[in-house]
Amino acid sequence: MEITVKTAEQLRLTAEEFELIKQKLGRTPNFNELCAFSAMWSEHCSYKNSIKWIKTLPREGARMLVAAGEENAGLMDIGDGFGVVFKIESHNHPSAIEPFQGAATGVGGIHRDIFTMGARPIAALNSLRFGKLNEAKTQHLLSGVVHGIGHYGNCFGVPTVGGEVYFEQCYHTNPLVNAMSVGILKSGDTISATAAGVGNHVFFVGSATGKDGIGGASFASADITNESAGELPAVQVGDPFQEKKLLEACLEVIKTGAVSGMQDMGAAGIICSTAEMSAKGEVGMKIHLDKVPTRQQNMKAWELLLSESQERMLMVVKKGQEEEVLRIFEKWDLPCADIGEVTEDGILQFYMNGELEAELPAYELVLGGGAPQYERKFQEPAYFQKIRQFNPEAIQVPDDLKEVAEKIVTIPNIASKRSIYVQYDSMVGAANTSTNEPADAAVVMIKGTNKALAITTDCNSRYVFADPFKGTMIAVAEAARNIVCSGGLPLGVTNCLNFGNPYDPEVYYQFVEAIKGMGEACRKFNTPVTGGNVSFYNQSPEGPVYPTPTIGMVGLLDRVRDKMTLDFKAPGDVIFLIGKSSGDINSSEYLHKVHGVEHSPAPHFDLDEEHALQQKIAELIKNKVIESAHDISEGGLFITLLESCFNRELGVDVVASDYNIRKDGFWFGEAQSRVVVSVKSTKAASFKKVIGDHPYEELGEVTTGSIEIDGMNWGDIKDWKYKYDTAIEKFLHPELENALNLVP
Amino acid sequence: MKFGVVVFPGSNCDRDIQDALQNDLNKEVIMLWHKDKNLDMFSTQDGIILPGGFSYGDYLRCGAIARFSPMMQSVVEFANKGGKVLGVCNGFQVLCESQLLPGILLRNANRQFICKNVFLKGADNKTLKIPIAHGEGRYYAEDKILDRLEANNQVIFQYCDQKGSVNAAANPNGSLRNIAGIKNEAGNVFGMMPHPERATKQALGNVDGKIILQTLLMN
Repeated sequence: MEITVKTAEQLRLTAEEFELIKQKLGRTPNFNELCAFSAMWSEHCSYKNSIKWIKTLPREGARMLVAAGEENAGLMDIGDGFGVVFKIESHNHPSAIEPFQGAATGVGGIHRDIFTMGARPIAALNSLRFGKLNEAKTQHLLSGVVHGIGHYGNCFGVPTVGGEVYFEQCYHTNPLVNAMSVGILKSGDTISATAAGVGNHVFFVGSATGKDGIGGASFASADITNESAGELPAVQVGDPFQEKKLLEACLEVIKTGAVSGMQDMGAAGIICSTAEMSAKGEVGMKIHLDKVPTRQQNMKAWELLLSESQERMLMVVKKGQEEEVLRIFEKWDLPCADIGEVTEDGILQFYMNGELEAELPAYELVLGGGAPQYERKFQEPAYFQKIRQFNPEAIQVPDDLKEVAEKIVTIPNIASKRSIYVQYDSMVGAANTSTNEPADAAVVMIKGTNKALAITTDCNSRYVFADPFKGTMIAVAEAARNIVCSGGLPLGVTNCLNFGNPYDPEVYYQFVEAIKGMGEACRKFNTPVTGGNVSFYNQSPEGPVYPTPTIGMVGLLDRVRDKMTLDFKAPGDVIFLIGKSSGDINSSEYLHKVHGVEHSPAPHFDLDEEHALQQKIAELIKNKVIESAHDISEGGLFITLLESCFNRELGVDVVASDYNIRKDGFWFGEAQSRVVVSVKSTKAASFKKVIGDHPYEELGEVTTGSIEIDGMNWGDIKDWKYKYDTAIEKFLHPELENALNLVP
Repeated sequence: MKFGVVVFPGSNCDRDIQDALQNDLNKEVIMLWHKDKNLDMFSTQDGIILPGGFSYGDYLRCGAIARFSPMMQSVVEFANKGGKVLGVCNGFQVLCESQLLPGILLRNANRQFICKNVFLKGADNKTLKIPIAHGEGRYYAEDKILDRLEANNQVIFQYCDQKGSVNAAANPNGSLRNIAGIKNEAGNVFGMMPHPERATKQALGNVDGKIILQTLLMN
């Protein structure tokens, strides 16, 4: 087969990239080699259109134990000899095609990134975006994605402790499925994804390799594929039972000290793991592809190099300890094969039955090495004009606010996600405190210590659409606020950057501004970005999705008993709003869903004000003067109050004191940097002492169950709870309204 | 008394029950690998636990392969000698497949995995809050077996509401007669779908599981 620029283009490389490859190799690559470059220089592996901007993010901090982006996940010190490992990653495109397997393998992949570093995953979260819930397509995708996440996570045995789900038209064709995993390791057990020690043997461990995951977009051309290629599944198939065994076997092998380095095989399988490990260790590898355990016969070299079969790891084993590795994988009944060795020269050599099939310098393949890096053009999106034209005065304050509230409580973005999260095992591990006692972030105990982690994912993408810079700052701020309201100290961030096509200058503008905003906010909250993932091309003929830079944040509680919960505790407790009251309706669910306004600015946000608020909330919690803390987000103050009432079925008697503020904005607006707290009346004096001159407002008090707003009776909490709990279920199963599973 | 916890390759609640027994109930625990057979260190005063999880992946019927494991042969012998055996969730499924307990656990009535707190009513009529987390927990047996279970007081837990009323609305998975847990005729083998080991810590906001483990295993 003659390799020409046409072949390269069919493999989604550009003509310039093909020239660059020839120049780097000093010859024309063969087909296997070109496939390797195609995969390694893809957006997914090389970050070629994003890395320049990503490098501007704050990536250093005293607690960081590995450099950002250098390993499979971020690793931060949490004291007492423990470290937390965490990362978020997208599986958007596979989930759009095959929601069940797409989401399942997304969960499997992110857990592997955690345990390949030697950590045991203790918590999973997910951030999901779909089209409108009344569409059959959305219901199909939602059902498949949720089932897939549950199937994989429940069997693997890691609790799903938190997440978010939004429904907006822009995600109709292109849903977002972002999965996050958090693990714990003892310092000293950390395994690096680095190949070292010339002569050390390279082991392939885990499931046998099949043709799944290859033959995706790059192989659409008939010139390239063999006859069967058209039947290749482009989406990988996950097996959580294999992954569970792989986890236990890997952690057991690590304990023996036999592992020199390890990396999971995710995107671009063997070629990616061998290239990245070798490049980082400045070594090469000699690999015998015919020794790789396969589940299909007659696999070709390029298929073995590119297969994305799940539940596999590449392990470099210290000389003389090979037997131990074989014994442990035998114990767990998992394939384990010695497929080659580490060499000195930095060259990857792949053999098949003694024939050299590919010879590549590892460095030239990888990000930070020979992979190209581009600067893309950007320009302000045209729709910004429409946003500037928005005039809130044109929106009349409705006469009947109760009627509005009843609509808002059933908006799918706001209503309870109960029908979704009951399908996830949130309690396995017996360490997630938030199922029984909810807080703004999930609070998960670290067994063997008194500590706990506070974990959250956040991104209101409509704010980012309205103002990518400010909207992304808000995403970071909300994550930090959720952690602070739970009693934690924000430590660090992992990000999942979901955007449209980077070659569209308006999309790239959103990306650039989002990165700038993220950097600014992360510096302010002292939360370095430890790693993450970029997902471009979330775009269909209808246009790009809302720019969605999902923030995964981890915080630390030195003692689990420092946790603060979000629910009101007793009638008579006094309710305060910490922060400034506001009538701002910009980009709120209220404005978007009730009034149908697509274009309005991001809600009020000021970084310094937010920072001061979080400091104050932390102080209130530390001084034990508040009984609950819950931040104001989608749906505004009214929804925040309701959510604080639900757990104990209490009510509120609250009044807006300032009559100059428009009422719809006061109750339903989403101005940032506000938190609702409750205080025992006996502690009112100590509360006022701690709050000092920070802005706050006394709203009223907790009642036994009736909802009194501005002196009017809005009914009983149980009725509000029923509306809130069942709204999504009624969308999905209108026929089941009275069925068993709807009974709370 | 001490406890053995059987570890199948897909067990994922094994460490939770170990933690609950060791740290919250101060009991000695020995982990037992599914490929081993030796139970010589246990007397009939001791107890063996089959934990929750997905034993061998459970791609066939849940627990259907686990019953053939070497360790299960020994557990069956141990039970037949009168030793106490408790199966939780997947462990309950394994006990039914092994025919140490009658009946079977079918797919939940709503055909979905369900994880949430439920209320259980035990023999002493007390109401306890315990979490469930399963996709296949709908207890099924023929009427005459169900009648016999009830007549012999072998139903150890029924799903009920917060006030202790056993009714259809309080049944999360469609189990016949709201059955959440049963014991064998001899009274030494127990199976239950809910997870008591997830409710033994104050920090988790629920310690009702301690009562269950004490009542079943330590009396």
